[in-house]
Amino acid sequence: MIRRILWASAAALAPALALPAAADEIWVTNELDDTVSVIDVATAQVKATFPTGQRPRGIAFSRDHSVLYICASDSNAVQVMDPETGQILHDLPSGADPEQFVVSPDDRLLYIANEDDAITTVVDTQTRKVVAQIDVGIEPEGMGISPDGRLQITTSETTNMAHWIDTGTHQVVANTLVDSRPRHAEFTPDGRELWVSSEVGGTVTVFDVATRAELAKIRFALPNIRPERLQPVGMKFSPDASRIFVALGPADHVAVIDTASREVIHYILVGRRVWHMALSPDGTKLFTTNGVSGDVTIIDVASLTAERSVKVGRFPWGAAARPTP
Amino acid sequence: MLKTLAGAAAVAGLPLAAAAEDLRIDLIERQVVPPPILSNMIAPPADLGLAAARLGVADIATTGRFMGDSFDLRETLVAPGDPFLPAAEARLAEGARLLVVKAPAADLLALADLPAARDAVIFNIALPDDSLRGSDCRGNLLHTTPSLAMRADALTQFALKKQWTDLVLIQGPHPEDVAFADALRRSVAKFGMSLGADKPWTFDADMRRVAAEEIPAFTQDLPDHDLLLVADERGDYGRYIAYNTWLPRPVAGSEGIMPRGWSGVVENWGAAQLQGRFREVAQREMEPVDFGAWAALAAIGEAVTRTRSADPKVLRDFMLSGDFRLAGFLGTPLSFRPWDGQMRQPVPLVTDRAVVGTAPLDGFLHEHSELDTLGQDLSDTTCTAFGDA
Repeated sequence: MIRRILWASAAALAPALALPAAADEIWVTNELDDTVSVIDVATAQVKATFPTGQRPRGIAFSRDHSVLYICASDSNAVQVMDPETGQILHDLPSGADPEQFVVSPDDRLLYIANEDDAITTVVDTQTRKVVAQIDVGIEPEGMGISPDGRLQITTSETTNMAHWIDTGTHQVVANTLVDSRPRHAEFTPDGRELWVSSEVGGTVTVFDVATRAELAKIRFALPNIRPERLQPVGMKFSPDASRIFVALGPADHVAVIDTASREVIHYILVGRRVWHMALSPDGTKLFTTNGVSGDVTIIDVASLTAERSVKVGRFPWGAAARPTP
Repeated sequence: MLKTLAGAAAVAGLPLAAAAEDLRIDLIERQVVPPPILSNMIAPPADLGLAAARLGVADIATTGRFMGDSFDLRETLVAPGDPFLPAAEARLAEGARLLVVKAPAADLLALADLPAARDAVIFNIALPDDSLRGSDCRGNLLHTTPSLAMRADALTQFALKKQWTDLVLIQGPHPEDVAFADALRRSVAKFGMSLGADKPWTFDADMRRVAAEEIPAFTQDLPDHDLLLVADERGDYGRYIAYNTWLPRPVAGSEGIMPRGWSGVVENWGAAQLQGRFREVAQREMEPVDFGAWAALAAIGEAVTRTRSADPKVLRDFMLSGDFRLAGFLGTPLSFRPWDGQMRQPVPLVTDRAVVGTAPLDGFLHEHSELDTLGQDLSDTTCTAFGDA
């Protein structure tokens, strides 16, 4: 009650900085500091920083948000952290150099990209055992999983492919070529489309999941930024999936694409070398990790404007949201 | 047509057998005895270029495995005393048409001019000579290592950006020193600066013992300057200049801040992964010639993957087209200049321990590609072998 009043008055005083009134959090890995920063969504302040293994990159909560998974790439481990205490509970066997991963919808399995070994490792988070290792292309990175959990996509940066993995058999069932250096794979929430970003190709490719046919290829253009710098990496759908946000790396902008028309409708200036994004649990704010400037930009999803930035550690890379416990 | 087939097969999840290609790639190296230098501690690696070609073929073979393509790298190493051309002719007679070559310019051009090589695609992975991109260019010859002009322009952009505009130059006696010094002179003029002094290196004393006495005296008569340029491409005397100069000034060129095609200190843009893979196979740092070899293999792989063809002409045309974008771990897609066959590539400016900058530097603009602010642009090329590119 007190908190509500406080926030109501804060909102009245500074409407542009109105923030959700809850202790929701955004967790960010700092690749060159070996830490995670915890940002309080309500205050836009870093409220805690916890040490991790070496070179933390991919970060995700279990679907029930009870534990945090962190790819500690140079420690060759996925670490499991208690988000209440920041303590590392244990490591999961991850294979070498884990970069990104995705949690299965049933919250049981982690699909991990082993960047140095051209392998996707499947780990059971309960038994802490490796369930399968699947050969994919060189430098696997982007990890997507269909909403029904039946298809896992691994993209390989140097092989330039999306590898379609059947999660029932843990076999690659198809390989589709995309533009150079694919970085990220994201299913639409209805599971019908797969979106893959290609960093060096400068494109986002949209696939029809049922037929694996290419539906569209989206390009980017910004005045005064040379086209080679428009390098799409991380992607995030808006809460209603009507839009998708695409981080453009060294172009220092986030592109906003209308999902239905596949047209770029807006570009938002953020910090330098933007990597990945997380939505606040209430869906109103988007947090971007800006590697080179070492900060996080907070974007208002409704107005598509950057509102403020928050200093975190060195080379922030991954981001994950945690609702108020 | 092939492209359509490949797309359809990929969609169907087939291993693309219908369009599978088996490609032969030949690495041909003329081995040379390295010239003597003052320091006898440092020898060039015996597998310079070769180690990276092996890594490159492994990289593209992985993609090929998913596409149904196979790549076979044949290695022909011609010993220093043996004739080069017959060895190369023998490979061409066997059907080799994709050639990755590390050889002196005379051998390289003789190979490119063989009738059997007319429809080949030859990659120069090692030679920086501007003439090979100019009056001595060949339509079947592509270059995956930066030219001297590109390296010089990278350094000059850096000096200009730092506003270190008072420059002096020391040039060694060897032909490659003269060529790099000439490139630096042209570049300094191109970017509107001039050299306050231009001094030949004439010593034949053993600098390992007397640098502290000789270098201050040798540099005492130079006018005050911001940056001392050194042309010493063999790595002979330049290393003794830094910290021994009369005035305390930074050194650049062949020593100090060096514009190079690649270096073991390049780590951004995913380069750390390439470096890691290379160290694992070669047990040493990746050098510019290694990067040239890796890039040549990567370019072949990318062209085969995208065109679904093994025809050298189709591959060459695609590589020289605007659709070709190669991921080369330098922050910007690599492509080829259609007027002289030079790969467009950023040039890292490095010290022994770090990347100081990567050219083209911000602010050096170009109407088509900022990468063309380095080296010979279309408007000033003297190469005519590529037609009306």
